[in-house]
Amino acid sequence: MTVLVTILAVFALIDGAVAAVPEPSCDVPQSFLSSENDLARVTKEVKSRQRLDISVVGTGSSALPGPDGVRFAYPARLEQALTQQLPGITAKVTAHVQSRATTAEMSAGLAKIVTEDKPSLVIWQTGTADAMKSVEPEEFRTSLEDGIGTIDGGGADMILMNMQYSPHTESVMDVSGYADIMRFVAQQHSALLFDRLGIMRNWNDSGTFDLYTTTKNYDMARRVHDCIGRALASQIISASHLDAVRMQTTR
Amino acid sequence: MPSTLPAVSTERDLRLDLFRGVALWLIFLDHIPENVVNWFTIRNYGFSDATEIFIFISGYTAAFVYGRAMRERGFLVSSARILRRAWQIYVAHIFLFTIFMAEIAYVAATFDNPLYAEEMKILDFLKQPDVTILQALILKFKPVNMDVLPLYIVLLLLFPPMLYVLLWQPAFALAGSALLYVLTWTLDFNLPAYPNGVWFFNPFAWQLLFVFGAWCALGGAQRLAGVMRSRIILTIAIAYLAFAFAITLTWYIEPLGRFVPNWLSEWMYPIDKTNLDVLRFAHFLALAAVTVRFVPRDWPGLKSPILQPAIRCGQHSLEIFCLGVFLAFAGQFIISEYSGGPLIQVAISLVGIMIMIATANLISWYKVIEGRSPSSRVKPPDADLAGGEA
Repeated sequence: MTVLVTILAVFALIDGAVAAVPEPSCDVPQSFLSSENDLARVTKEVKSRQRLDISVVGTGSSALPGPDGVRFAYPARLEQALTQQLPGITAKVTAHVQSRATTAEMSAGLAKIVTEDKPSLVIWQTGTADAMKSVEPEEFRTSLEDGIGTIDGGGADMILMNMQYSPHTESVMDVSGYADIMRFVAQQHSALLFDRLGIMRNWNDSGTFDLYTTTKNYDMARRVHDCIGRALASQIISASHLDAVRMQTTR
Repeated sequence: MPSTLPAVSTERDLRLDLFRGVALWLIFLDHIPENVVNWFTIRNYGFSDATEIFIFISGYTAAFVYGRAMRERGFLVSSARILRRAWQIYVAHIFLFTIFMAEIAYVAATFDNPLYAEEMKILDFLKQPDVTILQALILKFKPVNMDVLPLYIVLLLLFPPMLYVLLWQPAFALAGSALLYVLTWTLDFNLPAYPNGVWFFNPFAWQLLFVFGAWCALGGAQRLAGVMRSRIILTIAIAYLAFAFAITLTWYIEPLGRFVPNWLSEWMYPIDKTNLDVLRFAHFLALAAVTVRFVPRDWPGLKSPILQPAIRCGQHSLEIFCLGVFLAFAGQFIISEYSGGPLIQVAISLVGIMIMIATANLISWYKVIEGRSPSSRVKPPDADLAGGEA
């Protein structure tokens, strides 16, 4: 037994030494953000109206609890990142958060949101509640497809966002199956996927964030949301080829 | 009882123990999420995974052990023994559930992070122990990765009549099992789970693999031997394994996805584990065909000391399986408490397998001192050990 403990301890030391590199930024590997699918409607709207209206539809993980939660959650951070990176363009992000809503529940409300907000882009964050409530995979897939149909019919582009990487709840809730379905459905409908699960796992593995940390403090949660907002902005700008637009307006 | 019985070899087939042992290691590794060692397990290289191997071999050994009992001692005695086995597995499952609850309760009490306000609500079931524990006892509430033993229990509960038919009319039994599988797919039935949903492993679908294993043990393997020797079958099997490998590559290397034609993915996905997708079953068959071809029963390597640890683990499958589930919990716990990187993960994987081997050896030693090992056998065949446990 002592041998085993020693082995573990030695590995822990080596591991700690490896992990103790200077704190990295929350950059996301390009492979997570690049895609063959465009956000054509976003490009068109921005070019013709210098406006970018985005609706975020999601569950509790699209918001932050506590005072000023809205200001620090990723929808607001996304709006700020876009405003900074796209000078001369008015970016507006409206969040519709429904804690613990399943895909089917959110899908039912999408038509109203699309009609009222008239967004050029809908970011649909889902999958968490479905995994928590073990919604049947086939039902999950159908609801996703219904929702995608609604958004597409409403004339908006779409980004599908999957769940957070949440290591502590992995032994009670298996999200990977639902994440696979989301990836597959996105591919089938040529929709963009923002792989929040993969990105956050990558941050955890690379030491950017220690997502196992226990804390009552909001600092880390806010930093994670800020990083998600910025990564989303990069994905949107790259998929709508707005880097070119930005060049034109600033020239 | 049926009068004409298929001739079945009574000699122990070490290949079963070996592959079941390896399957147990793989299941252990796969059950630790975020483990770099997972890259070596077969689920990343094809459609099927260690679960298929485990269930098939379990069916095989169940028929091997209880088939003989049914012939020699009759339906009543053998059924009683099968049900006792199911009971033992049930007790083991509840024991694991207790450990799981302890871990989860600890996490729920100590872990806090506003980032996960929504996800942590999944642990709310701890607030209603009356419902949760009751639902666990009736096998409706099953934590992640604790689905295999309940499947095994149901398969054993249904096994006595199935075994009777298998001994009497093997082809008929196999056809019945296939029919149930087809009906499961067309009528879409499964057992209910708590709080909602259905069983992760649908027993009505997975029974096909278990019954197929049992059929092979009762003479089916000999009947198939001619087919297995054919070059055409081998070619088809290898081609299919290569196809499955190519498809799995596209899951991990996204740009490759564009080479999969749309009609193929429409037809192929989702590859359903719950209902034992035909593609998974076929993948297992192909693996088995290739394995049987290249690892014959009398393969000298089976006696080599290098493979003894895996064989030992396979011989005490229930204990080692449970231990594996526990070690996976424990490993995951260590990784999360001490935020273990890849090195820790490798260490935990290795240490876990070492503990599994040591325990298997310890159990063998107990059997020796209790005079229950095959070598010290005085009474006629000990069912618990013939070809491993059922």
